[in-house]
Amino acid sequence: MSTAVETPRRKLAWSGANLIVLVYAFIPVLWIVSLSLKDTGTLNDGKFWPSSPTRDSYSQIFNNPDFLRALVNSIGICAIATVCALVFGTMAAYAIARLEFPGKRLIVGVSLLIAMFPQIALVTPLFKIETAIGIFDTWLGLIIPYITFALPLAIYTLSAFFREIPWELEKAAKMDGATPFQAFRRVITPLAMPGVFTTAILVFIACWNDFLFALSLTSTSRSRTVPAALSYFQGATTFEVPTGPIAAAAVVITVPIVIFVLFFQRRIVAGLTSGAVKG
Amino acid sequence: MAEINLRNVVKRYPDGALAVDNLNLDIADGEFIILVGPSGCGKSTTLNMVAGLEDITEGELIIDGKVVNDKAPKDRDIAMVFQSYALYPHMTVGDNMGFPLMLAGVDKATIKKKVGDAAEMLELTQHLDRKPANLSGGQRQRVAMGRAIVRSPKAFLMDEPLSNLDAKLRVQMRTQVSRIQKTLGTTTLYVTHDQTEAMTLGDRVVVMRGGIVQQVGSPTELYDSPRNLFVAGFIGSPSMNFLPAEIKGDHLVSALGEAAMPDHVRQAVHGQASGSGVILGLRPEHFEDARLVGDKPGATFTAQIDIVESMGSDIYAYFSVQGSKGAQSAELDEIARDAGQDMSAMGEEITARLDAGARVQSGSPATLWYDTSKLHVFDAETGQNLTLGAGAQLAV
Ligand SMILES: Nc1ncnc2c1ncn2[C@@H]1O[C@H](COP(=O)(O)OP(=O)(O)O)[C@@H](O)[C@H]1O
Ligand SMILES: [Mg+2]
Repeated sequence: MSTAVETPRRKLAWSGANLIVLVYAFIPVLWIVSLSLKDTGTLNDGKFWPSSPTRDSYSQIFNNPDFLRALVNSIGICAIATVCALVFGTMAAYAIARLEFPGKRLIVGVSLLIAMFPQIALVTPLFKIETAIGIFDTWLGLIIPYITFALPLAIYTLSAFFREIPWELEKAAKMDGATPFQAFRRVITPLAMPGVFTTAILVFIACWNDFLFALSLTSTSRSRTVPAALSYFQGATTFEVPTGPIAAAAVVITVPIVIFVLFFQRRIVAGLTSGAVKG
Repeated sequence: MAEINLRNVVKRYPDGALAVDNLNLDIADGEFIILVGPSGCGKSTTLNMVAGLEDITEGELIIDGKVVNDKAPKDRDIAMVFQSYALYPHMTVGDNMGFPLMLAGVDKATIKKKVGDAAEMLELTQHLDRKPANLSGGQRQRVAMGRAIVRSPKAFLMDEPLSNLDAKLRVQMRTQVSRIQKTLGTTTLYVTHDQTEAMTLGDRVVVMRGGIVQQVGSPTELYDSPRNLFVAGFIGSPSMNFLPAEIKGDHLVSALGEAAMPDHVRQAVHGQASGSGVILGLRPEHFEDARLVGDKPGATFTAQIDIVESMGSDIYAYFSVQGSKGAQSAELDEIARDAGQDMSAMGEEITARLDAGARVQSGSPATLWYDTSKLHVFDAETGQNLTLGAGAQLAV
């Protein structure tokens, strides 16, 4: 904005382009927010801004025990799945980044395969298995497939981060008298934290957004998560589509994601490893 | 503090590369030993085996009388300074230095005191709360030293600890390292590819090449009695001049003309057939302006001086000699490649260090004298120094 004579035009062009992208991305979000604030009368008036904003839809969903239960399920299931995926993923990624062992290629290949596997193809077998062993419609019944699909993601992101950490730090820790576990915990883990947080966000969002498994591996509100619960919302009468409450619920479930990202973003400090090696 | 012995140590990497071959070395308690050699000769590998960071393929590593081949690094009580310093970036300088003590379960007060002492010794006291990223290269290097010092280990291992510093700082730190080692009296194994560091720091120097120890000795021993062409060329700066030559009766014929062999040289080459090829080795300081010498025994020759560099205290004269006859040594070529030093033009380019009073001019011919009593004669085939006593050659 300040310096050269020529730049204002280019700046303007870039700002324009950015604006278009932002508008494109945010209009649906704003639209949903707007819908959630409209009352039943003005719901279909076609106006972008609600003419008489109300909190009706919000009070409706927060008085709906199924929705509250779904919210608890979502948070619980996703948090547990994220933590498990991170714990196993960290260990696996560390081994893959640092060690040579037979079958390493196979593990990497298989995890890539899992990540690419069409989930829809697994729904029926999973359903059969879960009903057979009695974990259908339980938290565990969702947590296990979530971990399965989150692990490849976690392993990939984390091993990339581990590879960035200088080998010599680990050797130095060994020479300083650390056991392999101490070296991992006191030297490697703190340095890998930005990677762990990034992975946590990715894994959490992936679980949080899942609809397919949530819908097909649950049958009651006992373990149904929000995306699935939304599809079971009912209006005041059977013929009324509960657009307002659905919009309100959609807004509500994006909030944790935003908080999660903002919270962890501050810890993703780039260049944490600078100063480790060389002069 | 400890004695370290390496017995027939061999290192073969999983990919089949033989990095260290049959290494034998006895390091006395408190000794400062330097491993020196060109890049890739197995110095770091040797150090890492002593540290426990690399497995020993064959042979024994003995520390304080105990075989420690299978002990983890942490059970060997040895500290290491890495070329890259390997400081923990998320810890302050103080925490970095105190880390080994913390792991050893030393109480906070003692850690603080020991870190404080080491920091004082290394002039790091006012930096204790800073992170490594905010330090200069020299300061980081000292933190790395400090981390090794605090826990008073049995031995220090250092892998090219100064090679990331600029030239001036390197000289400063060199004296500091030497001072610290003398003060603490801790057994030290120090790796460098820089022969100047090796010559100035070590009690004894181990010269390696291609995974094989070439010679072990004090800096003066290596300088005065190099066992083979490689050691002769590697140690000393500017390096030794090499000239192919032929033995003709009592004389050596080389590009510098004919020279009568002094007695010890004659005895040394006694076994060599007349007419067989050898390589002469002459250090730059063993040349002199013929006018300044008087009638000291030696040989003279005349050469066209290419370049003269006056250093004040002495003069470096560079000249080339033609018609070098006699042996061409494959060994010599290979060493030149290995050492990567200014041995590239050996046999033609000669460097002479003359007295400041020498009257030589670039572009003019000068009559120079060289000290035949200081002459080294090497076997062109094997590269062995023939002028050493037979006994010295056998003692490995
Ligand atoms: N991890 C390894 N795997 C295979 N070969 C190696 C490995 N590390 C070093 N080498 C080889 O061993 C030889 C000695 O290496 P190194 O000890 O690092 O040499 P230096 O420290 O003297 O420069 C080199 O030829 C190098 O290529
Ligand atoms: Mg090395």
